[in-house]
Amino acid sequence: MANSISVSHLSAGYGAVQVLDDVSLEVPSGQTVALLGTNGNGKSTLMRCIMGMIRPAAGKVTAVIDGETHDLTGRATEEIVDLGIALVPEGRRLFPKLAVEENLLIGAYRPAARARMAENLDYCYEVFPRLKERRGQPVGSMSGGEQQMVALGRAVMSAPRILLVDEPSVGLAPILVSRTIDLIHQLKSSLNLTVLMAEQNFHQAVRIADRGYVIVHGRIAFEGASAAALSDNQMVRDFYLGQ
Amino acid sequence: MRFYLGAVAVTALLFAAFHLAGIEYLWFTAYVVVQYVVLATAWNILGGYAGYVNFGSAAFFAVGTYAAVALHKAGIGNLWLMMLAGGAASGLLGLGMGYLTLRLRGAYFSIATLSLAVLLQTVITNWSYLGGSRGVYVVRPAEVAVFSSFVEYLFAVMLALALLAICLARYIETSRLGYGLAAIRDDELAAEASGVPTLRLKLIATTISGGLMGMAGAPMPYYSTFIEPASAFGLNYAVNAMAMPLVGGLKTWIGPLVGALLMGTAQQIATVTISSAVNLLLVGLLLIGFLMLAPQGIVGLIKGRTGR
Repeated sequence: MANSISVSHLSAGYGAVQVLDDVSLEVPSGQTVALLGTNGNGKSTLMRCIMGMIRPAAGKVTAVIDGETHDLTGRATEEIVDLGIALVPEGRRLFPKLAVEENLLIGAYRPAARARMAENLDYCYEVFPRLKERRGQPVGSMSGGEQQMVALGRAVMSAPRILLVDEPSVGLAPILVSRTIDLIHQLKSSLNLTVLMAEQNFHQAVRIADRGYVIVHGRIAFEGASAAALSDNQMVRDFYLGQ
Repeated sequence: MRFYLGAVAVTALLFAAFHLAGIEYLWFTAYVVVQYVVLATAWNILGGYAGYVNFGSAAFFAVGTYAAVALHKAGIGNLWLMMLAGGAASGLLGLGMGYLTLRLRGAYFSIATLSLAVLLQTVITNWSYLGGSRGVYVVRPAEVAVFSSFVEYLFAVMLALALLAICLARYIETSRLGYGLAAIRDDELAAEASGVPTLRLKLIATTISGGLMGMAGAPMPYYSTFIEPASAFGLNYAVNAMAMPLVGGLKTWIGPLVGALLMGTAQQIATVTISSAVNLLLVGLLLIGFLMLAPQGIVGLIKGRTGR
């Protein structure tokens, strides 16, 4: 079944500050799309717009879930999660005082996910055996890499069709960045997800992306229909890959 | 299930012990302590579980009291109906306040609840039907069957309400609602992103919390037989409802219970031995002491000792 997101002519900001300016992008079904850009260019704002946490000033966000088209513009975040779209927020945003398992269970808050809670929890522990060992430990006392696993697991618990990941590499050691990117790819393949990933680590993101957009000052500066097109582009090479 | 049966048994034993003691003054004093158990438990549902600090507990309590006064003036003197009316009025007030203020976070929410108390006190003070600033006298019904005095009856009713409040709090704690509220307390934005319907859960919490406070306030007209705004909206309700869970320990049902029993009893003793004016001073000192030395409250202290 098809699961995709389509953003058209989206403009958004905070008060008088405009962050996104006429952004359009497509996340086709079954693909991993990388949203590339350095800090302060609007990646997180775009993610929040899709999740309904920020009301856009203009433009439209639609999603196709299991073949059915939904208009996401102006809908409440919980409704969007309920449709089957999950966000792994920037900086993980876990519940530090709650235990690993409690964090994961909160991910299954939406009614559709509740039915498959036990099954999804088993799946999480299978993919992240580390979390099973530490299920009773408060998340705040864990390392950055482990916390990123909890954040991914929490998103998986909502049984999503589409996964949004905002800057998974933030605050992680280089080896863990590459491992986290691999994990995202693994989750995508085994759960048949459609993925939109915002990243500033171009090398790592391009590794698993089928398609990519470069966002500069709130505008899409370059669109690459394939990973190769991205890394071959002269501007991307000059500015972001340092080659 | 075992918890609830145990709670009922403990409550029944407690009542039996007080009944056998047969001292009117004891019932009169214990009523106040148990009333604070209800207030503290109710406050904790919003303040401890969801992390939204309510400074306006006195408003919810007083609205319960005045709903009962209104009913009494209209000729309905049934205590249970008065409590239902008080609970409904304050529950609705909680829902309304939630709608208006729950988009505010942290200190802004707290300030809004404080202004609510000031606003409502002004309204009641100028409402002559409810006695206005002069206050209103309420005549107790004749003695009730089974109980040896009306005060003992009031004590039993408050005890039953405390049982209800504690069972409700404990139920919420282990339910999906409780998990959702804990997620809101830890990181509201992340809770929202995880699909927790934050506004709805917060509204449920303010309604339950407000409703319980209103029910605790409803028997007050029969207890004191004279109600006037300054004491119904008294600072001691707002301060105690907040200080007791903080001293006992937030996040669990047992914290407010321990805090209310301890501080409520201490205040009653202070009233008799020193003076009733020293009460709030005592609360303030205890609160400051605990916030500095044991921010996790008594429950946190004990858990720390036993290493759990």
